[in-house]
Amino acid sequence: MRHLSKSDKSTLIIVAALALLAPFILNPFPEGSALAQFNAGYPDLMQRFAIFGILAIGFNILFGLTGYLSFGHAAFLGVGSYSAVWMFKLLSMNIVPAIILSVIVAGVFSLLIGFICLRRSGIYFSILTLMFAQMSYSLAYSVLTPLTNGETGLQVYNDDPQYLMGPNSPTVTNLFGLEMRSTFTLDLGPWAFQFNFGYYVCAFFLLLAFYIAIRIFRSPFGLMLRAIKTNQTRLNYTGLNSRPYTLAAFVISGMYAGLAGGLMASMDPLAGAERMYWTASGEIVLMTILGGVGTLLGPVLGAGFIKYFENIFSKINETVLHGWFAFLPDGLNDAIVWVLHFFVGKGWHLTLGLLFMLIVIFLPGGLMEGWTRIRNKFRGGKDDGEAPSPTAATTPAE
Amino acid sequence: MSKFTRRGLLKSSAVMGAGLAMPTLITSPVAAYTNEPTGGSVTLGFNVPQTGPYADEGSDELRAYKLAVEHLNGGGDGGMMNTFTSKALKGNGILGKKVEFVTGDTQTKSDAARASAKSMIEKDGAIMITGGSSSGVAVAVQGLCQEAGVIFMAGLTHSNDTTGKDKKANGFRHFFNGYMSGAALAPVLEKAYGKERRAYHLTADYTWGWTQQESIQAATEGVGWETVNNVLTPLATTDFSSYIAPVLNSGADVLVLNHYGGNMINSLTSAVQFGLRDKQVNGKNFEIVVPLYSELMAKGAGANIEGVFGSTNWSWTLGDEGTKAFVKSFGEKYGFPPSNAAQTVYAQTLLYADACERAGTFNPCGIVESLEGFEFDGLGNGPTLYRKEDHQCFKDVLVMKGKENPANEYDALEIVEVTPRAQVEYAPDHPMFAGGSLGKCNPGA
Amino acid sequence: MDAILLQILNGLDKGSAYALIALGLTLIFGTLGVVNFAHGALFMLGSFCAVALSKIFNISKITIDPDKVDFLGNPLKVKTPYVIEWFGESTGAAIIDWSVPLAILFAIPVMLLVGYVMERGLIKHFYKRPHADQILVTFGLAIVIQEIIKAAFGANPIPTPAPDVFRGSYDFGVLLGMEANAVIYPFWRLIYFAFSTVIIASVFAFLQFTTFGMVVRAGMADRETVGLLGINIDKRFTFMFGIAAAVAGLAGVMYTPINSPNYHMGMDFLVLSFVVVVVGGMGSLPGAVLAGFLLGVLESFASMNEVKGFFEALYLPSIDQIIIYLVAIIILLARPRGLMGRAGVMEE
Repeated sequence: MRHLSKSDKSTLIIVAALALLAPFILNPFPEGSALAQFNAGYPDLMQRFAIFGILAIGFNILFGLTGYLSFGHAAFLGVGSYSAVWMFKLLSMNIVPAIILSVIVAGVFSLLIGFICLRRSGIYFSILTLMFAQMSYSLAYSVLTPLTNGETGLQVYNDDPQYLMGPNSPTVTNLFGLEMRSTFTLDLGPWAFQFNFGYYVCAFFLLLAFYIAIRIFRSPFGLMLRAIKTNQTRLNYTGLNSRPYTLAAFVISGMYAGLAGGLMASMDPLAGAERMYWTASGEIVLMTILGGVGTLLGPVLGAGFIKYFENIFSKINETVLHGWFAFLPDGLNDAIVWVLHFFVGKGWHLTLGLLFMLIVIFLPGGLMEGWTRIRNKFRGGKDDGEAPSPTAATTPAE
Repeated sequence: MSKFTRRGLLKSSAVMGAGLAMPTLITSPVAAYTNEPTGGSVTLGFNVPQTGPYADEGSDELRAYKLAVEHLNGGGDGGMMNTFTSKALKGNGILGKKVEFVTGDTQTKSDAARASAKSMIEKDGAIMITGGSSSGVAVAVQGLCQEAGVIFMAGLTHSNDTTGKDKKANGFRHFFNGYMSGAALAPVLEKAYGKERRAYHLTADYTWGWTQQESIQAATEGVGWETVNNVLTPLATTDFSSYIAPVLNSGADVLVLNHYGGNMINSLTSAVQFGLRDKQVNGKNFEIVVPLYSELMAKGAGANIEGVFGSTNWSWTLGDEGTKAFVKSFGEKYGFPPSNAAQTVYAQTLLYADACERAGTFNPCGIVESLEGFEFDGLGNGPTLYRKEDHQCFKDVLVMKGKENPANEYDALEIVEVTPRAQVEYAPDHPMFAGGSLGKCNPGA
Repeated sequence: MDAILLQILNGLDKGSAYALIALGLTLIFGTLGVVNFAHGALFMLGSFCAVALSKIFNISKITIDPDKVDFLGNPLKVKTPYVIEWFGESTGAAIIDWSVPLAILFAIPVMLLVGYVMERGLIKHFYKRPHADQILVTFGLAIVIQEIIKAAFGANPIPTPAPDVFRGSYDFGVLLGMEANAVIYPFWRLIYFAFSTVIIASVFAFLQFTTFGMVVRAGMADRETVGLLGINIDKRFTFMFGIAAAVAGLAGVMYTPINSPNYHMGMDFLVLSFVVVVVGGMGSLPGAVLAGFLLGVLESFASMNEVKGFFEALYLPSIDQIIIYLVAIIILLARPRGLMGRAGVMEE
């Protein structure tokens, strides 16, 4: 920690505080109130925020620093989840070996794919990674079914060997006996806050991932990666071979994805092939751009933003809408519900698509630019240089 | 390490874990089972595809769910509650509690479906999860519900695995499966096309496709047919021309399309375009069979399905009292007849509620007990049994045919034969359903 | 032999769809430098032009037939399309029957307009923005277009058949002196292939032989210099965007009888068309066409039982799932800029 600059330290502390207090922050509305629909403070979604945060941070190390746009990152996530579930099947439900293996396997896998894809740059690189990911998806969905259980997804069965399973070992995912699903509910008046052990495990890894990312961003290695993004040709002319650096960045971000995959399987021991489909890779790209490419905090925000929409907006149905506007006269109520129902429930994709467009049109630097703008307004235009300015953050990323 | 002790341990360690994790100062009272309803209402979770290719199927399921909830709460005309042979339901909710529901989007992806089901359990306090329109999703969510300790009533899932190697104590399936399709279709096909037939299979290259192909091949070979070839087609295929083209010269005179949804619509359309059905091979008319039909697939394939045999779980054109009552209340509310997906999920919701009433509790273990081996009638499928050994439902299976001149878009299929239940039954340890075990019911908490 | 001939036909047919979409994609890229993730959605919009037109033709006058009842026992509502009312039984039915070919006339202005509005309203502001931003905004647009279509037409595929005369298939085998039924191919797919060839040829002819096309080509090679010559190149590029949209739309219209269109068909084609463009070489029009046909034929051959069996013996089952990607990767590794790409395009 002492190596960090003052502003980095404060960012890290803010993130830690947010992660620690997430069960409160994400549950602002009392149970049973009309707005409780917007609460996101339940274990599964909080875990997802942290896990996809890790994924996006890792992706940003590659894309944000080197400018190489990988369209196949979901493959590493999938490989990580499959390795973790195999550990559960073969050893025990302890998450430690599972997470270690998922990071290693994803690292090896990304080394292999990175080695081939990084021979090309620009969109050729993007399409190469996309094609590798699509191949992984097709194989996992059908051909490799003995290894992946195909359509149904890899699960732990009662008759799996589980060699390290003692007679007293828990049969759900755990950390040396502490179960991931154990949740402590704090009832405070009309509020109910859920503290889930699994979430805090994810949050711990999120903080670790964030800390490592800061160190990479501020290291000579990070500087080298930025140099690659700025002008690779010039770098090559100085006699420097840039490929080992990009490959290292690729593998690191692949390992981040593997970690995310391992955590995902640890929270919910099932690994499905859809996780590797190209739209899943696209989602990672969107998270990062939406949050702010090349910023530290942006990708985490972007990940949270997309997952929030997927899980909260898709659940608002017409009955809920009618409930909200029950105070209005019938005709008006119906009219408002009719308009709104295109945007929520089965129409949540539409809202997401519109927001993508609005954000990228009006906030080229993503959500982080929005944040910077708001802050500058309050501080009268003063910038302490903590986050890269929006223009620097969005230099051509091809 | 026997399964039994491990399950027992699961429970005891869960209780222990819960005891450790919950300081007694300001926690909620320890529930007897997951999401025990405490207020005046009970929440059901309807998890259906609302985006993606099966969104329309999901909408139809949601319509039926809403209708079921209305009927359970005493609204509407009561629908099939009036024809159901069990009279435990009184139209005052379930066990006196008003029925409420939450909906979610499975996106027909196991990950998204599990996330959505989890949010229903963790955030909304759902006591039962139901829905879905693919076997991958059904198996994934069934596993989740088993772990979480809630009941899962599978929606549309046709793979043998759902009540075969992936069966779970907390899950029940009302829909039929690949084996039953084969058993019901084979005699009809034999009658219509004769014993001397050579079949060419095109099969979607994933678990459901394989199990269905295996079932159909076994059943048709049982009546004397020969299987010329089985070609696996990638899931992502949109244009099946290159798989259809070689069929005509393969010496086969029947094409079996083990595809579902968009895949089936596209492969059937291609087959008809290539003029297969106008050709003569081995001196016989070339025929096409689609083992699993749905009304929406029939609608999407349009005129191409005319005369093509297939099977469904139920049809609104059936004449029994249950069907009539359901079609009437659904039709009057929404203006068109229900699909077999709608009937399946409606029946499952009533069955769940009825099981709660008969068990006198929402405890999953009580419900499992009252549903296991439950026999009933009046829900549109004739006399029906929920088998204890694998939680598969046994009832008549319908063999359908694409109608030559449909009167409207809801009239695309006609019933050829109602295959009696006895003919589609199989032993619980049948090799196609081997492996896996139900385990013990899990009340969670 | 006959099997190979059949798969070549199949490959050309599939390839012509890929080529048409990729052509528009690479045209937009070559002229405007924009990576358009909404191009698949334009293809889908074209398809729904055909669907919409057939729906319009089927708008019906509803009369109550008291003698018959519907499934609920109410008097049956009989629908008579207005087209039949106005033009009489035979002409009206023919118009409905021919709705797909007629949709071409309908789709051209619609798609040109869509392209124009899209370019002026949105894409224009993204010329100078990073490709990542272009991808995000066009992807968002693709989702929005898709969802609007879903809200209007539902998620289920909508059958939109070709006119009755084009039903059935043509027997090539007889033509080549083979036995009957050896090589048969559906009429509509043959028409699709011919139609695509004509469209591709006319796009090339337009760029090659008209002054307008010459300026556009010059602009693609060196935009600044053309601008310095006092030519308003932006205006012409906008028009080219419209052309690209119309090409994608027409590909969509003609595709409807082959596969029932649904709202997400554009996304199904998107990845593949990007692969085609990249294999052909970013910004190269002949490259896109060549790669389209190449990958189409490749895909068809890979699905042959003999080929599948061969690879299965090599422990590579279901080669048809990955063959396109595999070959594309090899091509890109052997030829850095795809088959016909120019240096310096999209390689930063």
